[in-house]
Amino acid sequence: MIVGNFSILAVITPLMAAPIAVLLRRPGAAWLLALVVTWATFTLSLVLLGQVLESGPIYLRIGGWDAPWGIEYRLDRVGGLVMVIVSAIGSVIMTYSRASVEKEIPKDRIYLFYAMYLLCLTGLLGITITGDVFNLFVFLEISSLSSYVLIALGSNRRALTAAYRYLIMGTIGATFYIIGVGLMYMQTGTLNMSDLATLMPTVIDSRVIHAALAFLTVGISLKLALFPLHMWLPNAYTFAPSTVSAFLAGTATKVAVYVLIRIVFTVFGGVVILKNIPGVQEILMTLAIAGIFVASAIAVFQDNIKRMLAYSSVAQIGYIILGISFASTTGLTGSIIHLFNHALMKTALFMVMGAISLRIGGVTITDMRGLGRRMPWTMAAFVVGGLSLIGIPLTVGFVSKWYLIKAAIEQDMLLIAGLIVLGSLNAVAYVWRIIEAAYFQEAPKNAAVAKEAPLSMLLPIWVMAGASIYFGINATWTLNIATDAAEALMSGIIQ
Amino acid sequence: MSPELTIIAALGVPLIGALLILLTRANPNLRETVTLVTATVTFVLVATLYPLVSGGASPSFVVGEMMPGLVIGFTLEPLGMLFSLIASFLWIITSLYAIGYMRGHHEKNQTRFYFFFAVAIFATLGIAFAGNMLTLFIFYEFLTLSTFPLVTHAGTEKAKHAGRVYLGILIGTSIGFMLVAIAWTWNATGTLDFKAGGILEGKVTESAAGILLLLYIFGIGKAALMPFHRWLPAAMVAPTPVSALLHAVAVVKAGVFTVIKVVVYIFGVDFLANGVTTDWLLYLSGFTIIAASVIALRQDNLKRRLAYSTISQLSYVVMATAILAPMSIIGAVMHIAAHAFGKITLFFCAGSILVASHKTEVSQLDGIGRRMPWTMAAFAVGALSMIGIPPVAGFISKWYILSGAFDSGQMLAVGVIVLSTLLNAGYFLPIIYRAFFKNPVDDGEMHGEAPVPIVIALTITASITFLIFLFPGPFLELARQLIA
Repeated sequence: MIVGNFSILAVITPLMAAPIAVLLRRPGAAWLLALVVTWATFTLSLVLLGQVLESGPIYLRIGGWDAPWGIEYRLDRVGGLVMVIVSAIGSVIMTYSRASVEKEIPKDRIYLFYAMYLLCLTGLLGITITGDVFNLFVFLEISSLSSYVLIALGSNRRALTAAYRYLIMGTIGATFYIIGVGLMYMQTGTLNMSDLATLMPTVIDSRVIHAALAFLTVGISLKLALFPLHMWLPNAYTFAPSTVSAFLAGTATKVAVYVLIRIVFTVFGGVVILKNIPGVQEILMTLAIAGIFVASAIAVFQDNIKRMLAYSSVAQIGYIILGISFASTTGLTGSIIHLFNHALMKTALFMVMGAISLRIGGVTITDMRGLGRRMPWTMAAFVVGGLSLIGIPLTVGFVSKWYLIKAAIEQDMLLIAGLIVLGSLNAVAYVWRIIEAAYFQEAPKNAAVAKEAPLSMLLPIWVMAGASIYFGINATWTLNIATDAAEALMSGIIQ
Repeated sequence: MSPELTIIAALGVPLIGALLILLTRANPNLRETVTLVTATVTFVLVATLYPLVSGGASPSFVVGEMMPGLVIGFTLEPLGMLFSLIASFLWIITSLYAIGYMRGHHEKNQTRFYFFFAVAIFATLGIAFAGNMLTLFIFYEFLTLSTFPLVTHAGTEKAKHAGRVYLGILIGTSIGFMLVAIAWTWNATGTLDFKAGGILEGKVTESAAGILLLLYIFGIGKAALMPFHRWLPAAMVAPTPVSALLHAVAVVKAGVFTVIKVVVYIFGVDFLANGVTTDWLLYLSGFTIIAASVIALRQDNLKRRLAYSTISQLSYVVMATAILAPMSIIGAVMHIAAHAFGKITLFFCAGSILVASHKTEVSQLDGIGRRMPWTMAAFAVGALSMIGIPPVAGFISKWYILSGAFDSGQMLAVGVIVLSTLLNAGYFLPIIYRAFFKNPVDDGEMHGEAPVPIVIALTITASITFLIFLFPGPFLELARQLIA
């Protein structure tokens, strides 16, 4: 029970810290508070995941009310893994953020930035832990609203329109989600996930439930930026402050994917849905593959590297959804592992962009010229992240691709396997443009005098880059969690 | 030292050497000493393993589990022994040569050059020692990436373009085809270990095995089988020591090495011989042999001519393997050794001519044999080995391939070898003729032999090309072990 209470602490701590950050006002103090809180939540998440792995899911009844009347918190393997990802990235980025935030955000608003960051973290962590579909909506809104603010803090004026666009799209997504939840409630009279899962087979053939599924899928797909519902993402990532881009790229879409997995597999009993309702599997697969190719192709032509990375994210989300659409244990394992792996590499890459933006003042391809010599450690981290995007062995990207290809071959879908590798080769094109610029071109004569990024940034960058090598060489631990989680999800058990 | 420890040390030494090269970058003499010492130590370590492997042992160990059920591990078997011996020995000679070349040619960024060279050797040894297909694939990709900075060393627009072709084809084929083939193999058999007799028999249908073979062969772009050969001429933009060791020995031999490994240990010769369609491989490699030779005939640039000759010679190995007769597989293995020493000699000579006389085209070589007698004599030895006439190494391997082809009645292969021998003579003999029998043009350039380290290096490799003909025993022993 003690550990069970931890689960709520992980959410409550950043929630309580956010207003305190506002009261503190001083940028340094607010940063310190956020730093302590994020690392505390990370530690808590690790303890919780350890507990889940050791003795199964953790349950907590909020206020002592039994489910399905009260809100239930429930942490299982997949939730625990996503929680660790989110809090790890949250804490590493907080360590990294100080110099970047001071440069990019007006001094009198910095404390607000930290407050919003903590709120966003609260929302994202809450989603991973709740066992109630309506409570999930509440956390989704907390994280969304705070991320609109975070994006709007970007120094470029276009950050405002980007945030506004995200707000419109995000609100549509959230509304669709809540309509779906409402329809489910209409048919079953419950909001508790495991309750819903038990009742679902009795109502699965009703039109209302089909409509609910459609609303839920589209709504969540908007939040996770599934092609072609990704239009909000490139601008949001491009114009947000560097720290925010890095944080959202590693966490927000990942958590939305988690919600999709949760709804499709836990609530709707996944396999039945994907196999029995005609078209669902095919639509997801087609959109995923289209996303991989279209977004990669657009990424090749981007001059702003943050925007390029954003399109690359859309493509990578395609891989994750592709894994889900196989409706097999291997495929789902591939999705979950890629969720983890992509978070590592993309965070590292966006953090690199933050460091470059701090030193050079811009992140276009022309700014990259000659950086291989001037910021060798920063660019080396970029190379590691880039190789991982391509899926070169000994990086995490390879592990993900391996499982996705295996999932395709298992089902005799050789064509899909071919498309997966073709997609990776697309990544070579957009990654190599930058490597060529950084290592083969001389820095322009009038370029800003750039030196290596400060250690406070370099260290967190290399923690992420190092992790994307470490978990690529020794993927057994993460894969075992992912496989167990996938098996549990496939069998419809909450574990 | 236990054999396992020796293998680890042989892999570790080049990496440590690479780091030391970085640390000693301020002092070029010290840096080059580090390279030479590292190369020598690596070779000695590899050589101490020879008695063990030729005695029939195959030391094996696992480094760690990468994914559940998939390990990174090393197993030293005869073919890997042969490959690692050649690569590590030639690294010493090439280092010696590189010192003369890089200084004589005033190359920039020499520290980077020596650093990535050492890393590339590490990757090559990793391929040679790999105990399963996954480990091999990892080091295969690592080799591509570590040689990329060497190919693009000059940093010019041309080098950048060559780098794109290099990376595009090698990464494209390996991820596009080989990775799928490996994943498929893993899915069908549940193992990726190299096992005598193969792992696929009985696990996949014959038609599936046919597709798998296609994926594997096209996936191994480093074997430079047409139509995936263009990266090799492109890579010639690199400094000559790179072309010599990496693009005549390490990288391309890693390709044909992998082909033999896949045929012998993944499919199994018997499985392929009974039922799986392999004719196309024979035709394709035969076509590559002839077509590349015809292209070589028309090249005036010496290094490009050598590159196309390499493409042609690599397909000898592939064709010999595809014949699937014991004799021809011995020939394939011997050809890895014979071609390595012969072709590295030829590249050394090309670089020697460039450093001494700044000439790159065949048509400029009139009478150069009088000014550079050592270089051109070595060139003649290398060329004879390519053509395959006694008394040099190339004859031995060709002999075995031919007898294998006769044994299994592959008259097509016999025809290809005969025709290719004529073509080889057609593009090598005129160079020797020009060098020794034509009168030098008076271009006002006064030059003599290349720097001493270069001459020493090419004399050593040319002598070994002779010696292999006289004493093929050590290599033959390993080749016989492979098919035993």
